[in-house]
Amino acid sequence: MSKTMTGAKMVVQALIDQGVDVVFGYPGGAVLPIYDELFQQNHIKHVLVRHEQGAVHAAEGYARSTGKPGVALVTSGPGATNAVTGLTDALMDSIPIIVLTGQVPTFMIGSDAFQEADTVGITRPCTKHNWLVKDTEKLSATMHEAFHIALSGRPGPVLIDIPKDVQFATGTYTEARQVETHYNPQVKGDLDMITELVKAMETAKRPVFYTGGGVINSGPAASQLLRELVAATGFPITSTLMGLGAYPASGEAWLGMLGMHGLYEANMAMHDCDLMINIGARFDDRITGRIDAFSPRSKKAHIDIDASSINKVVHADFPILGDVGHVLEDLLNVWKARGRKTNAEGLSKWWDQIKEWRKVDCLKFKQEGKIIKPQYALQRLEELTKKYDRYICTEVGQHQMWAAQYLGFEDPNRWMTSGGLGTMGYGFPASIGVQMAHPDALVINVAGEASWLMNMQELGTAMQYRLPVKQFILNNERLGMVRQWQELLHGERYSSSWSESLPDFVKLAEAFGAKGILCSDPDTLDDAIMEMLTYNGPVLFDCLVEKHENCFPMIPSGKPHNEMLLGDASTKDAIQAGGAVLV
Amino acid sequence: MSPLKIKKGSTSHSAYDLRPSYSDTVERHTLAVLVENEPGVLARVIGLFAGRGYNIESLTVAEVDHQGHRSRITIVTTGTPQIIIQIKAQLGRIIDVHKVNDLTVEGPSVERELGLFKVAGKGEHRVEALRLADIFRANVVDSTLESFVFEITGTPEKIDAFADLMRPLGLQEVARTGVAALSRGAI
Repeated sequence: MSKTMTGAKMVVQALIDQGVDVVFGYPGGAVLPIYDELFQQNHIKHVLVRHEQGAVHAAEGYARSTGKPGVALVTSGPGATNAVTGLTDALMDSIPIIVLTGQVPTFMIGSDAFQEADTVGITRPCTKHNWLVKDTEKLSATMHEAFHIALSGRPGPVLIDIPKDVQFATGTYTEARQVETHYNPQVKGDLDMITELVKAMETAKRPVFYTGGGVINSGPAASQLLRELVAATGFPITSTLMGLGAYPASGEAWLGMLGMHGLYEANMAMHDCDLMINIGARFDDRITGRIDAFSPRSKKAHIDIDASSINKVVHADFPILGDVGHVLEDLLNVWKARGRKTNAEGLSKWWDQIKEWRKVDCLKFKQEGKIIKPQYALQRLEELTKKYDRYICTEVGQHQMWAAQYLGFEDPNRWMTSGGLGTMGYGFPASIGVQMAHPDALVINVAGEASWLMNMQELGTAMQYRLPVKQFILNNERLGMVRQWQELLHGERYSSSWSESLPDFVKLAEAFGAKGILCSDPDTLDDAIMEMLTYNGPVLFDCLVEKHENCFPMIPSGKPHNEMLLGDASTKDAIQAGGAVLV
Repeated sequence: MSPLKIKKGSTSHSAYDLRPSYSDTVERHTLAVLVENEPGVLARVIGLFAGRGYNIESLTVAEVDHQGHRSRITIVTTGTPQIIIQIKAQLGRIIDVHKVNDLTVEGPSVERELGLFKVAGKGEHRVEALRLADIFRANVVDSTLESFVFEITGTPEKIDAFADLMRPLGLQEVARTGVAALSRGAI
C-alpha cells in the first residue's frame, strides 16, 4: 500500500517509524512545514532548546544514555551553522545522531537567499554522511537510510538538508523495509586472527585490556561479554575516558582510567605490559603520550569496527576488524574451546607489581581548612549518590578529569562527556537530553563555571520541561585547565584564564525559577548536596572550591607513560620546549 | 607529594621504534575508486585528501556505468606505506565509495593519460615539431599555418618527455587529463 503525503509529513512519519520519541529543535522559516506536522501529532515530543548547539548536544546525551539515535531539528542558515559544533563532537566520539536542517527552496539555492548556507558543504567534513534532498519522492527513503548509516558500523552523526519546497510538495512514502542500501560494514572478526590473539593471551605474562568507547557503542551485550572475559582470564583492565562504565569501577580487575590524567597503576601497566588488548579504543594522543615511547615492549591487539583506526597511529600485531560484541563473543568461545588457559605464574607476578603501583595511591589529597578541594567535592558527591542509578554528564576541563577519577561508573551509558572534541558547553544540554530519555533518573552535570556559562541559556529549557537536572558546578573562578597549563609551561603568566564578572549563580537560578545552592564550606557540603538531591527540579549548585588546585596525575606533553607527574612538587619545567607545542 | 623515581634506562631516550614494519620511503600509488555518482561525491574524496593532508598528483573522474550510476575516480597519490594504507582505509569509510583498488600493489596495470599540446612556430621548428610528433605517435587535431594542436596518449612519463621536446619548439599551452588506469588481464 503506497501512501502519498507531503515531504514535511514524511519526515514526521519516518521519525515515528524509526521509533523516535523525542526531537530536540528550534523552529525557523525553512522548517515551518515540519513544525506544523509536529504540532498535529502525539507520537513525538518536541523539546524547544534555547540555542541550536544545545539541541545537538541534547540529542547526543539522549543517544549516549540510551544507545538509540538522537534527533535534532533546526532551520536553515544560522540554525545549521550553530549545529556544526555538536556534529563535530558527535563525529569525534562516534555518537549516532540525525540532524534535520531546513533549507531555502530548491529554486533559490545558490542565490544567497535569506538564511541560506551551503549546509551540506559546511557539514561534509563533520558528518559521517549528509544529504541535500531535492526531490520529495526520495525524502522518506533518505530518512530511513540516514538512521541505518548513523547506527551501523562506527556510529556517527548524519545530516539531511531539506529545502522548504520539498517539505511542501507531495510524494510517495517509502517504508523502511523497502529501502535498499549497500552500506553494510563487516561485524564478524577474522577467526584466524582471533585465534592468534587467544594464543598470545594464553602465554602472556603481563597482559592488559585497554578498552574504549567502542565497547559502549557496541551495546550492553558487549559490556557483558567484556566483564565475562575479564572475570574468566583475570587480566587487569583499564579504559579510556570514553569507555568508562563498560567494566564496573568496583570490579576487582579495574585499574582506573588511563591516559594524560589517568591513574598511575593504569598508565604503568600500559607501559610495562607484554600484551595490550585494545578493544574499541583508538590510540588517541591523550592516551599514548609520546608515540615512540608508548608501551615499548608489548605486542598489541586492536579490535575496531573502523579499518582506518587500525594501524593509524600504533602498529597492531593482531589487527581485528569487527564489532566489539561479535569479536568478544568469538574470542571467548575460542579461548574456552582451547582449554581456558592463562599464564598463571606470570599473571600472579604481574598483579603483585600492579599492587605495588596501587600503593602510590595517586589520587590521594588532603582536605584541610575551610576551603573545599574539588577532589573532596567529587568524593562526597560519589559517596552520596552512588546508591542511585545515576547519569553523569560533564563539561570540559579539570572538573571533567576529576569526575572521571573520583566518580565510579558501574554500568555503560551512564557517563556522557565530550572526549574527542573537548567541547566546553557540552554537559548542560547533554544532561537535558539524558533526563528526557530517563525522566525518573538522577542526572548530574559536573561542570566548571566557565564551561557551564557557554550554554547556560538551556536553563530555560530545563525549566520549561521540568527536567530536574542537577548542575554541580566546581567554581574556581578560573579556566582551570588553561590556568594549569599556563602554570606548568608558560611561566605562570595567566593570560585571560580568570573568570571575571561571574554571575551570582544562586540569583541566576532564581531568575529562571530554578533552585540555586551556594556552598563554600567543607563542613556543610554533605547537607548542601543532599538538599540538591532531594529538590524536585533543576538545581544550580555553586560549589566554591580551591582556586589553584592542579589536576594530577598528569603525563606532560611529549613524555611517555612512565614519566607521570604525581603532585605539585617539581612540576616546574616538567614540560620542555618540545612538549609545549603539543596541546 | 614527591615526584616519582624513574627507573634507570627508562628515560624518554630509551624508547623503541614502534613502527619497524613501515619504511619512511615515499611511494607513488595509483588508486581506482568506484563511487556512487551522487552530487558531492567528488567533494568528499577531495575534501578527505585536503583535510587530512594527503597529496594528489593526478585525479580523473567520469561516470563509467550510466545505468548503475557508478563513477570511477583514478587518483595518483604519494606517501609512506603507512600513509597509503590510511588513505585507502579513509576512502573506504566514505559511504558513497563502493570499492578501492590499489593498482600499484594489486598486480600489473596499465596507465594512460591524454595530452593536448598547442605548438606555434614557423620553418624548421614547425617541421621538427611535426617530425617529433610522428615519432611519439601524436595526432594533429588542429592546424593553422603557424600552429598545431597535437593529441598524444601514453604514460605520464611519455607525455612529460613530449612536453620537454616541444618546449623549445614553441609550446604555448598544454591540457592533460590525468591518469586513467586498469589492471592487466581478466578480473
